[in-house]
Amino acid sequence: MYEGIVQELIDELGRLPGIGPKSAQRIAFHILQTESFDVSRLASVLVEVREKVRFCEICGNVTQEVTCSICRDPRRDATSICVVEEAKDVVAIERTREFKGFYHVLGGAISPIDGIGPDNLRIRQLMTRLADNTVQEVIIATDPNLEGEATATYLTRLLSSLEIKVTRLASGLPVGGDLEYADEVTLGRAFEGRRTVS
Amino acid sequence: MRVSSISLRDFRNYAEADITIEQGCVVLVGSNGQGKTNLIEAINFLATLGSHRSSTESAMIRTGEDAAIIRVHLAHDDRQILLEAQLNREGPNKAQFNRSTARLRDFPRYIATVLFAPEDLLLIRGDPASRRRFLDELIVTRTPRLSSILSDYERALKQRNTLLKTARFSEASVGKLSTLDIWDDRLATLGSEIMVERQRLVRDLAGPVAAAYESIAGADHHPELLMKESVLLPLGDSTIDQTTQAFLAVLNSNRATEVERGMTLYGPHRDDVEFSLNSLPTKGYASHGETWSFALSLRLGAARLLRAESVLGDPILILDDVFAELDASRRERLASAVSDFEQIFITAAVVEDVPAALLQHVFRVERGTIARALK
Repeated sequence: MYEGIVQELIDELGRLPGIGPKSAQRIAFHILQTESFDVSRLASVLVEVREKVRFCEICGNVTQEVTCSICRDPRRDATSICVVEEAKDVVAIERTREFKGFYHVLGGAISPIDGIGPDNLRIRQLMTRLADNTVQEVIIATDPNLEGEATATYLTRLLSSLEIKVTRLASGLPVGGDLEYADEVTLGRAFEGRRTVS
Repeated sequence: MRVSSISLRDFRNYAEADITIEQGCVVLVGSNGQGKTNLIEAINFLATLGSHRSSTESAMIRTGEDAAIIRVHLAHDDRQILLEAQLNREGPNKAQFNRSTARLRDFPRYIATVLFAPEDLLLIRGDPASRRRFLDELIVTRTPRLSSILSDYERALKQRNTLLKTARFSEASVGKLSTLDIWDDRLATLGSEIMVERQRLVRDLAGPVAAAYESIAGADHHPELLMKESVLLPLGDSTIDQTTQAFLAVLNSNRATEVERGMTLYGPHRDDVEFSLNSLPTKGYASHGETWSFALSLRLGAARLLRAESVLGDPILILDDVFAELDASRRERLASAVSDFEQIFITAAVVEDVPAALLQHVFRVERGTIARALK
């Protein structure tokens, strides 16, 4: 235990996701001891981020405006929407530069243990966006785990009443990897989702 | 497959132990609490990633130390494999395969064990959970993919039970209930894979268990294994698809009861396997001797099934304190039934308990040191 405010700082840092007690201590001493470290800048960014950042009214992505830069971009393809769990999934898919449509961030996945049901996700907003028949394809890109799959199933059933093509991201082998090192589940999925090539 | 050397650092009561081992039967002799079981626990850990004695891994690290290391050389025909595991008190465990970084959870692909222990009596006399564990461990050894299906099923079950509980108390239960369909779907899809695999296992195990029983009991009492499922399936082989449909139908017609009880009442987590001798269930009918014979035949049958199917060859047999529990004739018959396995580890408090034919490589274990006993 350190004295007073030093321990308080370590405790606060330790509350952040992915930071254990040892990392928290290392960061705390970096802040205390490094002269070039500008504490006021970090502090002001922290305050600013809570004040300025909000969620896009259309897709739920993080933004500083009313709508996010993707939703404002007229060059994007309005006929397809990619549904993801978190804003960070948008960034991951954007990095690929493969997808030119719009996004919809649900804000999580269905998980009764965590008290999250369909009503707690931005599903109603998604249905509103689909109402005017512009969108022809919904790509479901929830995580390939139990809760993500459950959410995908829910959305698929919900959307089946509409005249819209619904697709799910494929699961399979990582590119550049060795087949022999793939785990059984991934390899099994890759077999299930195999494609005809000739 | 066989172990050709073991070395331990700060594992249980061993500060440092290194032994080289030949093919055949390895007997570890010593009084209680000296470290016999600790040594075989180390081998078994690499194969099952668990302990048959405790559920926490930190119990395997020597008191006062931060990490334990298990290093095992395996010989499989001409192939040499080195498996190393470091169990850390804090932080994730580390693993190496032939000196390069690997994932601990992949180790069961390279080493398979079948453990016989006095607790095996619970397979016959204990609650259904111990029999389900027996089946599920074997299923994972046969089909590694099932390990993630089993853990996903457990999680889906928890999710569904939570939903059933909240549906029971919440006013707006009608809206919430529609997501129950989704969890029914997950539960049935995952659960039917488990049910079909258990069916296949029980079917394939019948022959080897019957043969093992006859060789251990010295008589044919027609041992049989029968799955008792909470979801009734049509007779004969069911496909995963048929099982899923049957499972979904049961969940559908019992929804009101499940909501009222706030828990999932149907599925592989409620199933059992019934053992019988001469058409009478072993539970309640079998004598103490018959119970032992059946428990041993389940393990031996499993070992023979793995031998027939696995690319690893013979599984390593581990007989932990078993001979002391058996009468003289069962000891001799068990000894001859296991003698053709490539490698067997036996622990015993006194060397007299072990049949003479198995006393091939005897080690004395005393206060965390292992020494080869003189003939």
